[in-house]
Amino acid sequence: MIFAERKPIEEILEMIRGRKRVLLVGCATCVAECAAGGEEEVETLAPLLRLALKEKGQEVEIVTKTLERQCEWEFVEELTELLPEVDAVLSLGCGIGVQALAERFPEVPVYPGVNTSTLALRPEAGLWVSRCSACGDCVLDETFGICPVARCAKGLMNGPCGGTREDGKCELDEGSDCAWKLIIERAEARGELDKLKKIRAPKDWSNSRHGGPKKVVREDLRT
Amino acid sequence: MMLRADSRLEKVLTAGEFAVTVEIGPPRGPDPEVLHKKADMLKGMADAYNVTDNQTAVVRMSSIAGSKILLDAGLEPVMQMTCRDRNRIAVQSDLLGASAMGIRNCLCLSGDHQKASAAGKLKGHPGAKNVYDVDSIQLISILKGLRDDAVQEGGDVITAPAPFFIGAAWTPLSPPEKFRIMRLEKKIDAGADFIQTQVVYDIARFAEAVHVAHDTGLTERAAVLPGVIVPKSAGMLRYMSENVAGVQVPDELLKRMKDAKDAKAEGVKIAVELVQAIREIPGLKGIHLQAIEWEEILPEVIEKAGLLPRPRL
Repeated sequence: MIFAERKPIEEILEMIRGRKRVLLVGCATCVAECAAGGEEEVETLAPLLRLALKEKGQEVEIVTKTLERQCEWEFVEELTELLPEVDAVLSLGCGIGVQALAERFPEVPVYPGVNTSTLALRPEAGLWVSRCSACGDCVLDETFGICPVARCAKGLMNGPCGGTREDGKCELDEGSDCAWKLIIERAEARGELDKLKKIRAPKDWSNSRHGGPKKVVREDLRT
Repeated sequence: MMLRADSRLEKVLTAGEFAVTVEIGPPRGPDPEVLHKKADMLKGMADAYNVTDNQTAVVRMSSIAGSKILLDAGLEPVMQMTCRDRNRIAVQSDLLGASAMGIRNCLCLSGDHQKASAAGKLKGHPGAKNVYDVDSIQLISILKGLRDDAVQEGGDVITAPAPFFIGAAWTPLSPPEKFRIMRLEKKIDAGADFIQTQVVYDIARFAEAVHVAHDTGLTERAAVLPGVIVPKSAGMLRYMSENVAGVQVPDELLKRMKDAKDAKAEGVKIAVELVQAIREIPGLKGIHLQAIEWEEILPEVIEKAGLLPRPRL
């Protein structure tokens, strides 16, 4: 999923300062899965905002709505009736959702209520871990299904740096395994450690954002 | 024998002499005097002098500038270069510039992560964006391409080869240990001519790792120079043992430092013993000595370890 975390409430209050009627929009897809911007979070944040605004002596009405997906026009259209009544939108969607709303409704400011940071897996309840950096040049076939781009702090492609702790964790973060330790263990378990002897040449980053904004046209799907 | 870069370090090693390198950290400011003083103090003590590249991700004078200042002072630098701050364009441009200024030795490193600095006394720049366009092994390949084929990573030809004596790091005692020897081999396959290791205190375990490297012929393909940091206090030694990856300090050494009436004198004694023990391990070609923020002690250590005078070439 696309992973995001809600911004601090003070930062959100600063963004909407001076607005009178704010539409708080959730998204029931990725940000709901990571408990940052789904319907539950929208309905929890709204009263918190109302309370904080009241304490600050600001009269602001918060209107709520959660879309199935903020990144698809078909669902975004559901906001059309509400838009004329508000003077700002606060989106708890990921960066794509915020921009979709801003693109569809350019006449009102759309503020981001979350910080979108990675593509993550939820291995267990209440835990999210980075698994993909959208580098555009997947090497998982050569790294035994463990991504060194997303999971090594330095994105190293030829083995671990010297910073692997005694317990196999990355020196940066005691909670994270050294990605290369995991790759090596899996290679060893398969009896294929020798495959990691291959020197991997510098990566081609041009299919990620480093090559410029991505735009893909599939003529076969255009009608 | 055809020399690759014709650096003093390469010549000393080629002549079969036990090489000595020491580390000189550039200052956190623009004043070249700091380096001049260190140069005066350490001249003649080593064959080459490592100039660190923003170690622990704290901004210091660049290793290129520091190397040039040492070169002008008559000391041969080992310019350290990390992958943290430069993409392959900047890496190669800096290498060409360094070569033009007469810098011949380059140690290729991944580099300390910028968040590592937050753990130290200084603020550093933990919010910085890192680069890691290439890793340290790919960096070695880039140097080899510039030197042996006069070609850039992207395939463009350069006007003349850039003669570098190529260095790499080895942390044999970091997990997963079994892979560490393979990673050393990868570095040598990529083109490393010399290896400077993570600091060694546990001679027995280190000797085992070197034994494997020696048995597989790696110590003949690249000159391995183990790292020794002169212990300054029991606290410093304990900190390193507990916090620096790949560094384990035997209890006996910790106890010696703790019990010593004069910790600094004991530190010198331990450093000298480490050098002597390392010289007994087959396959090693030199020593890489460091004294963190205490470079003035190095001449005494080098002298007591019987490493003087340095060979005249």
